[in-house]
Amino acid sequence: MSQNTAAFLYLISSVLFILALRGLSSPTTARQGNLFGIVGMVIAIATTLASPNVLSYTTILIAVVIGGAIGTFIALRIQMTALPQLVAAFHSLVGLAAVWVAAAAFYAPEAYGLGTRGAIPAGSLIEMSLGTAIGAITFTGSVIAFGKLQGLISGKPLVFFGQHFVNLGLGILLVALIVWFASAQPPLAFWLIVGVSLLLGILLIVPIGGADMPVVISMLNSYSGWAACGIGFTLGNPALIITGALVGSSGAILSYIMCKGMNRSFFSVILGGFGGETDAAAMDLGDRTVKSGSAADASFIMENAASVIIVPGYGMAVAQAQHALREMADLLKGRDVTVRYAIHPVAGRMPGHMNVLLAEANVPYDEVLELEEINRDFPSTDVAFVIGANDVTNPSAKTDPTSPIYGMPILDVERAGTVLFVKRSLASGYAGVDNPLFYRDNTMMLFGDAKQMCEDIIKALE
Amino acid sequence: MASEKFTESMQKLAESAAEVANQADALAAQAATLSAPAAPAASGGSVFIMLFTIFVLAVFVGYYVVWNVTPALHSPLMSVTNAISSVIIVGALIAAGPLDWHLSKIFGFVAVVLASVNIFGGFIVTQRMLQMFKKKK
Repeated sequence: MSQNTAAFLYLISSVLFILALRGLSSPTTARQGNLFGIVGMVIAIATTLASPNVLSYTTILIAVVIGGAIGTFIALRIQMTALPQLVAAFHSLVGLAAVWVAAAAFYAPEAYGLGTRGAIPAGSLIEMSLGTAIGAITFTGSVIAFGKLQGLISGKPLVFFGQHFVNLGLGILLVALIVWFASAQPPLAFWLIVGVSLLLGILLIVPIGGADMPVVISMLNSYSGWAACGIGFTLGNPALIITGALVGSSGAILSYIMCKGMNRSFFSVILGGFGGETDAAAMDLGDRTVKSGSAADASFIMENAASVIIVPGYGMAVAQAQHALREMADLLKGRDVTVRYAIHPVAGRMPGHMNVLLAEANVPYDEVLELEEINRDFPSTDVAFVIGANDVTNPSAKTDPTSPIYGMPILDVERAGTVLFVKRSLASGYAGVDNPLFYRDNTMMLFGDAKQMCEDIIKALE
Repeated sequence: MASEKFTESMQKLAESAAEVANQADALAAQAATLSAPAAPAASGGSVFIMLFTIFVLAVFVGYYVVWNVTPALHSPLMSVTNAISSVIIVGALIAAGPLDWHLSKIFGFVAVVLASVNIFGGFIVTQRMLQMFKKKK
């Protein structure tokens, strides 16, 4: 195959990758988009296999079968609630693969047309070290994010004295190492870059709390793209650069959307420390009363309503309540109650998490609406049913400038006729802020496990 | 006489034609020497600029395409971008390509395994998610 043919085929696969993302603009075209992505990947791999330097097909086949089997097994078995940690784990693999490809290019530059060992052009070395550094940061960062999401490591932010200075120092050291690597190209410099970046990846993610995970995952998604880009520059492969840039900007946009959903700046999320044990929020609850009700009360209120909006949050995912919730909604719909779902941008632990869980429970996607689409409908709604969400409904985000979540866009559930709030206790949400919604006259607390509560309401409705 | 004058003027004309031809040759040579250093600058010396151009344009394409993605599909967006970023396997295959085993081939082998996990896992989990999104019956 001539170089021009190969370049042309790489271009086709890049275009297919763009179409794969384009397909996601609507659920009706999304599956076709995914297919484009798969075809693009097959073309890219086949083109590389046809290049004259690639000869050991057996070895490659073994590697692909091992990896493919593991990937397929995990993807088919994973529970949809565990999606965020799966994505984090996958990001870590992209990062690690980038490090190994860079290492391979450094030890055998001839195969990539980068000159000979010890005489690699400085520009290529800089590109290589950037790809390596970003890849290594993505790897350990994603491993930490995985640990936090899986509950292997505490989700609490780990903050220590002088943390930011340590990170800054490591950053400067990294730059110095890259300069050394580009000028003298010793192997030691390469591995030191890897080591320092691995450490930096850990330190960057440990101070970020569990609640900020949607931003972290999007950010790591972005990093994995930039790592691929760095490797693309090293190898002079436009397909890799285009794909890396697509992924990088996609992750960056998602991070931006998540930050906006929390009204926080990207830097305050990166610097971390948010969502810790802030007991300061334990207010004097003495003079305020909470109205609590039973499943029977809830079913009575809802079946006599004309319209209900369900507001799901991470608690629904933890309790695996989505199936019971959909059943409850079906029974209500059977009694001519209009049921819709309202999704806050940062509900759950990754962007779009709630939508996937509801889709898994067979909730039609046209009943699931975004904050901007549905927020103005709350005043004309009889019942808002909040399940597993808390901070995203907190009215003090609008009224109390001293609140840590002040300015965050929230779902105006308090404007609905009645608010039914499923919750295990009166504890504050992850932002450590008390929710005044609990004490309003039109709020009824339904204390209990989200799934159990839905099942009890179903029984009462039947 | 007239014919003599004619031949003389023809000779002069031929001479000046030859001179013009020479000048044209010289110009062409000059142009060649001018363009010679410019040629590698356009194709070889600035490969980086060419790649960088591709990169910047791709960032813009990504920006506009991703803003068009419906928020309901942000999770599949993450898993599919994750799958396509494994196109890094292209670099890994080149490293794993030679027949004889050496350090770089081992690195390549490991990278092919890692990227394959991602490719298969990423696309399959995306497909699983997308299959669940159904319209109201």
